[in-house]
Amino acid sequence: MSENTKTMEVSVWRGDENGGAFETFKVPALGSQTVLDVVTWIQQSADPTLTYRYACRVGMCGSCAMMVNGEPRWTCRTHVSRVLDGDRLEIAPLRNLPVIKDLAADMDPFFDKWVKAGGVHRPSRTRDEPIQQVNPEAPARVEANKGIECINCSVCYAACDTVAGNQDYLGPAALQRAWTLYNDEKVQDRGAILDAVSGPGGCLNCHTQGSCTRYCPNELDPLSAIAGLKRAVATSFFKRSA
Amino acid sequence: MKIKPHRKHPLWLAYILHRMSGLGLALFLPAHFYVLAMAVSRPQSLDYFLSFAANPLVKVAEFGLVFLLAIHFFGGLRLLALEFLPWSARQKTLAAASVAGAFLVSGSFLLRAV
Ligand code: SF4
Ligand code: FES
Repeated sequence: MSENTKTMEVSVWRGDENGGAFETFKVPALGSQTVLDVVTWIQQSADPTLTYRYACRVGMCGSCAMMVNGEPRWTCRTHVSRVLDGDRLEIAPLRNLPVIKDLAADMDPFFDKWVKAGGVHRPSRTRDEPIQQVNPEAPARVEANKGIECINCSVCYAACDTVAGNQDYLGPAALQRAWTLYNDEKVQDRGAILDAVSGPGGCLNCHTQGSCTRYCPNELDPLSAIAGLKRAVATSFFKRSA
Repeated sequence: MKIKPHRKHPLWLAYILHRMSGLGLALFLPAHFYVLAMAVSRPQSLDYFLSFAANPLVKVAEFGLVFLLAIHFFGGLRLLALEFLPWSARQKTLAAASVAGAFLVSGSFLLRAV
């Protein structure tokens, strides 16, 4: 580092499931630098034992999300200049998930809930039948399309206070997935989807705080998807009891 | 108290206002019923209480109560609209703005009447 390079004070969470503390590093400030670049610099030039996770570096894989100055973000697409607080940056593992080590959060609960919410596609036809034609302009398809760009980054899950308060709550991404399948005409058993999302940890737990939609880096709208599920559950309740 | 950064957005604020106003109203209601019950059981105490309630400070507190009620009422309407009407965000904003405007106008008339 030459004498006149500008530096930033970067506090990075170090620890594991038993706890830990922030450790501060001086990191050179460069142009067009992302938060992931900062973490990588620390790991390569200051402390090789720092653990973190990434893969694509272009916002496709959803593996690099962390808490940056207290807010969940995809670090590979977050420019330091947008989040820097003076010359300080605080980087921590994603909220609402167990920590494996340092900045790597354990994503298992997030994916388990994806499956629990019925997120696995159950086709209505076998490979021997002709492919089902889907009209891309059909209203249900348009609704389903709104959620398909989810990259499973868990940013919404980390932003949600309902997840923080209720560890059984399925969370925004899994519920949005269920809403996508509910609107997919290739899915046959819509009742099964509603059953999976209307139980104790289901969509009715949502308090409509909207942090999921506020923070989703792909600008998806899990809040409205969950509202859709709530409507569907309420309608089916009245239909069943009528 | 420092507000956590992930909570600094309008929807979260709407959520917490709705909760807090609900709590406030829930605390107020038992007291309200207790005072009303005095009309039957102990009319003198009620009269005494009413003269106390004419106090300007209590009037200001009443304003707070109406405020809580208004917040809670519109919070409820907002939730119903958000969750049960598949409208676009723009339509909802317009609807909420018009209802709020109507309330403002009718509310100020009401205040003038009393
Ligand atoms: S809905 Fe958005 S924030 Fe949530 S996991 Fe998918 S891409 Fe990430
Ligand atoms: S590294 Fe793939 S989304 Fe950031």
